[in-house]
Amino acid sequence: MPITKADVEKIAQLAHMEITAEELKIFAPQMADIVAYVEQLNELDTSNVQPALGGLTPEGEATDSSRADETSPSLGQKSALAEAPDPARGHFRVPKVL
Amino acid sequence: MRENKNNIELLTERVRTGEMKASAIVEGAVKAAETLNKPLNAFLEIDRTRALVSAKEIDARVLSSNFAPVLAGVPIAIKDNICVQGMQTSCGSRILGNYHPPYNATVIERLLGAGAVVIGKTNCDEFAMGSSNENSAFGPVKNPWDVTRVPGGSSGGSAAAVAAGIVPVALGSDTGGSVRQPASLCGVFGLKPTYGRNSRYGLVAFASSLDQVGVFARNTLDVAQVLRVIAGRDLHDATTADVPVPDYAAELTGDIKGARIGLPQSLFGEGLDSEVRVAVEKAVDIYRELGAEIVDIELPNAQFSIAVYYIIATAEASSNLARFDGVRYGFRAENAPELRQMYKKTREEGFGAEVKRRIMLGTYVLSAGYYEAYYGKAQQVRSLIKEDFRRAFASCDAIITPTSPTPAFSLGEKVDNPLAMYLNDIYTVTANLAGIPGLNVPCGLSSQRLPIGFQLLGAYWSEPTLFKLAHAYEMVQPFTERPPVYA
Repeated sequence: MPITKADVEKIAQLAHMEITAEELKIFAPQMADIVAYVEQLNELDTSNVQPALGGLTPEGEATDSSRADETSPSLGQKSALAEAPDPARGHFRVPKVL
Repeated sequence: MRENKNNIELLTERVRTGEMKASAIVEGAVKAAETLNKPLNAFLEIDRTRALVSAKEIDARVLSSNFAPVLAGVPIAIKDNICVQGMQTSCGSRILGNYHPPYNATVIERLLGAGAVVIGKTNCDEFAMGSSNENSAFGPVKNPWDVTRVPGGSSGGSAAAVAAGIVPVALGSDTGGSVRQPASLCGVFGLKPTYGRNSRYGLVAFASSLDQVGVFARNTLDVAQVLRVIAGRDLHDATTADVPVPDYAAELTGDIKGARIGLPQSLFGEGLDSEVRVAVEKAVDIYRELGAEIVDIELPNAQFSIAVYYIIATAEASSNLARFDGVRYGFRAENAPELRQMYKKTREEGFGAEVKRRIMLGTYVLSAGYYEAYYGKAQQVRSLIKEDFRRAFASCDAIITPTSPTPAFSLGEKVDNPLAMYLNDIYTVTANLAGIPGLNVPCGLSSQRLPIGFQLLGAYWSEPTLFKLAHAYEMVQPFTERPPVYA
């Protein structure tokens, strides 16, 4: 499936990324090349193959990852906001939504 | 012998006996990092003050209690995508820039608890995406063997810092070869552990089903000792497995008689540099002389690993990197009065080209109508690759391959061709897809005096076997050459 400039523009929209005209010119053929390369997987008949899910080993899958539902100390508001670009009165402030 | 200077056991013994102060050792490492950062650009932050305060605390602890923890006074460098409280975590990206995480990664907590001293954060490809370190927003790292060449990536700064003798050990992360490939190009040992062997808590996520924190050092024993400290279950990372952490050092007996090493001949063909092939085949001969049995094996689906990897890794990355939106931390674009516009501008200005390319590829393969054809298919082929290894390890204890198809290439050589760059990972990505451990072992220099390494792959939790084999090789073929840029 060839990737066009229009495809790349649509993908950038989905990814919440603005891209420049210059980037569009570079990315469209590069992405087309990469997608053409990964399509070699179509050579393989996988109709009877279960997909792998995640990277866990059998031992990892057997490990119980639940814990008691109890509160424990966490970062706290001050620390959680310390790196925010625009904190305001204990909140993350963002530009207007609508 | 120069090498012994930084061996963990010798260093900690000196601190324990009082022969040398931790503060003197750390001062030496910090000074080397500062001096060599001009030619190498290996560090994004060097924290002299903090490192010396920590070292003095260790000296005081040793003096008052007469007890030295296992890594007492060992200076260590940390890839800049692993959180160290009080230091920056930029991930080599403008979008995080001067971000200072409010907590330590679990692996850092464990290192500090063992007496190690973090001297700085090392340069890397942006969000660990790259094989040459040229994708760092803060300029590429240079290879200490030849500063016109790449150190490999993405953990190039950590590899260069260890190769140049600045620190005896460093941490990196390995999603498709980002520890083993730079280790190979810089001539040091580099381990990617079994998936779930150590915690990813505090490692900035790239592709969560593939990421694993790894270790660089100049000998097997140092890798083994650091792994023992950082490995094990962590309640902050549900993917860590409840598997006991053995005393890896105890495995280094030198006796590998009867060990079965699998040789996948099909991986020694097209695209492999002839000097690398000869060096790795020589290593195979040495293993044979040491009493190992060399077994022919097949990995029929390995040829598809890059295609599978670049679907799964980009898909997971597009999801993981959605969090960088200019709201909670890091960079926010100016002059964007509306929310969606702010997201888009922040991500446009904050991410570099390779990260954007991968986010978009990942978004594409996960998008409506394409999910089954790409992501679904890739996860099926991933099952086939896992099955290849399961079958191979029924007839051998470890597999030997080259780590990288070529020695270090020149800066700029592959930067305009992403696909050619991705093919550098041909020998390493399979381990991440299957979740198995892999270790780079330096095995010589090319005619241009560039390091060559081989990779040992093992079944799940077989780190002891990999260490034992690497150590036995090292005993008869020690890699004692030093790069021109050296502390």
